[in-house]
Amino acid sequence: MNKILLVIQREYLVRVKKKSFVYTTILVPIIIVAFYAAIIAIGMSGSSEKNKIAVIDQANLFNGKVENAKNDGSQYEFITGQSPDSVKENFKKMGYDYFLFIPPMNITQAAGNIQLYSQSPVSVNFKSKVERTINNAIELKRLQSVNITRDQYRSIQSDVSIENKLKNGKEEKKSVAGVASGVAFFCGMLIYIIMLIYGTMVMRGVMEEKISRIAEVMVSSVKPFQLMMGKIIGIGAVGLTQFAIWILLIAGLQFILPFFIPGLDVSAIPQAGPGANVAGAAGMMETMRTGLHSVPWVLIIGCFIFYFLGGFLLYASLFAAVGSVVSDDQQEAQQMVFPIMMPIILGFVIMTKAISEPNSPLVIFGSLFPLTSPVVMMGRIMYDVPASQLITSMLLLVLGFLLFAWLTAKIYRTGILMYGKKVTWKEMIRWAFRKS
Amino acid sequence: MLLINCFVTLSIRLPLKSLHTMNRLDVKHLKKYYTSQKAVDDISFSLAPGSIFGLLGPNGAGKTTLIRMITGILFPDEGDIIFDGQSFNPDKDNAFIGYMPEEKGLYKKMKIGDQAIYLARLKGLSRATALERVKHWFIKFEMESWWNKRVEDLSKGMQQKLQFVTTVLNDPKLIILDEPFSGLDPVNSNLIKEEIYNLAQKGASIIFSTHRMEQVEEICDHIILVNKGQKILDGTVSGVKQQFKEAIFSIGLDDYPPVTDAPFEIIGQNANQQILKIKEGYRSNDVLQYYLAKQVGINSFQEILPSLNDIFIKLVHGTPLARQFETVTA
Repeated sequence: MNKILLVIQREYLVRVKKKSFVYTTILVPIIIVAFYAAIIAIGMSGSSEKNKIAVIDQANLFNGKVENAKNDGSQYEFITGQSPDSVKENFKKMGYDYFLFIPPMNITQAAGNIQLYSQSPVSVNFKSKVERTINNAIELKRLQSVNITRDQYRSIQSDVSIENKLKNGKEEKKSVAGVASGVAFFCGMLIYIIMLIYGTMVMRGVMEEKISRIAEVMVSSVKPFQLMMGKIIGIGAVGLTQFAIWILLIAGLQFILPFFIPGLDVSAIPQAGPGANVAGAAGMMETMRTGLHSVPWVLIIGCFIFYFLGGFLLYASLFAAVGSVVSDDQQEAQQMVFPIMMPIILGFVIMTKAISEPNSPLVIFGSLFPLTSPVVMMGRIMYDVPASQLITSMLLLVLGFLLFAWLTAKIYRTGILMYGKKVTWKEMIRWAFRKS
Repeated sequence: MLLINCFVTLSIRLPLKSLHTMNRLDVKHLKKYYTSQKAVDDISFSLAPGSIFGLLGPNGAGKTTLIRMITGILFPDEGDIIFDGQSFNPDKDNAFIGYMPEEKGLYKKMKIGDQAIYLARLKGLSRATALERVKHWFIKFEMESWWNKRVEDLSKGMQQKLQFVTTVLNDPKLIILDEPFSGLDPVNSNLIKEEIYNLAQKGASIIFSTHRMEQVEEICDHIILVNKGQKILDGTVSGVKQQFKEAIFSIGLDDYPPVTDAPFEIIGQNANQQILKIKEGYRSNDVLQYYLAKQVGINSFQEILPSLNDIFIKLVHGTPLARQFETVTA
């Protein structure tokens, strides 16, 4: 037992002390936050952009004035006394970016044939902005034609959001799908990435021991199983350390960032949106905020830690077995790794399905089967998974890990001492099921 | 210097042997069969404390498999290993064994000092003891300045020295060295040879596996020869040589008269001596009588024993080469 601790300690310290670990651990959150800040900055600068639009409004939709023009960041100027053809030719020389031509129309009929001239293709965003402005104007005209004021119209409009309550027997509770399932999906994706990155790290570590020929010295001191588990646990601890540092750094940077960039706070985000539908965006933020409050963090974090550990341990032992049988050849390693990658990727695919059909047989199977459950269950966890299924899934994962650790340890102990021979999957399976 | 050391070692080693009645290691009818071949097929031998034991055999003879069973890396299919009078228990007894495999290796990116301490602690030493031992050996081998270097920055010979040090850090009772001198220059070879004698003198038993027969003759007091999984020779170096001697002598004469109708045939001659093989049915005295009768002055007369190399080739020759590569594991 003491020896396995020594192995864990070495595997952990060797990696944590590496310069590359320090760099990636510190740089990644900075890049993420910088990226995030850049998106906000771009969003904000988009709203301050001024587009000068020359308008010939033959239908008189706007009565010579665009309401709320400030909000969409465009400047509309109405031109009278010039023919549309001459403006069309000369709007650039006249100092405009665009020329909007609205021919005469009957506003009660479907509007058509409105043209926006530009020198280069306009962005979808800008086009929809202009369309919204015109639609608003047409709507207003139509309201006026039936003698309804804008306020009356607003009072007629309805904007309900329904609440999904779960009724199961006597129990009644609020469904927290939505934001919460988004968070859970993110956790599932994180587990998927961790299993791939750190699983590969375990494989490379085992290959290093084999290629540098230290494996034989090591197994004359420690049991191969101790060596394998020490490596897996040590690398798992590296992963946890890295995540802990990332979370702290990202949280810290987001907290201090607004002090460095004045005016950059959460309330800036909805305004930055191109929609200009401020009320709607703010409403969305509000649902986000209440949504985040309603996320059952204990359940999500608990499951995340459990499935992270279970999934990592299970796959790391498979990766270790593969690492022990390949020789120096990278290509060979890739071929051998493929059968392990398959179920991980399959799990990810099933998880995306869990979002739309959380209770389909495939998803339920995926969330129970140990090779896919770490990823799939995270995608499904917010859709009221019965406790019996959750417990079964966890139990199967633990059993799956024990089974795979037992089988792969046998492959490992044979593989790490075998040099110069290509090992096939058939041989590996024979080693795994051989009596020791 | 080295020669003196050898003499001292030898003379001290003899009484030590008699003090210990119990063997350090008894290997009894050890077997390890694989699907394709019998890697180790009923091998037995014993190893006294303080003895240096040569394990010889061609590539693929089963030496590595045998060694891996003795170090607890592999489990025998049949047979017993008795270590210090008790059934061998790898978990416990590993602490008293030092193993330097033929395929030498260390963690390339790890600092040398840390690495030596790590390997010593895996043998059950406390951090303090490990540190003290590593320092002691590093000073002895003039390696102190390497402490913070990485293995990948060392030359092959330096790595070999480091590997030897890490093998003996736990003060093992049984040291298994597989080709310990490969890649070493004569100075470092002698340094390690001297340490092997020292360790044996202090009571450690050493199993020395190599293809270099002149090293075996120089170092070992007892050998076994393994071929195709079986033991085909077992004995002391001098005993084996006696067993395989072929009645070949060298004789130094004042003058070399033509030889006719002699009890020997001449197989080599130069200005100083004649190499001759005595014919079947005659003894060495017959040679002397023959030359005495010829009235020639005899300056020297000595038996030439076969070298281990000759014996090795003779015994292994004709047996088909066992296996192409030594990947026997499992």
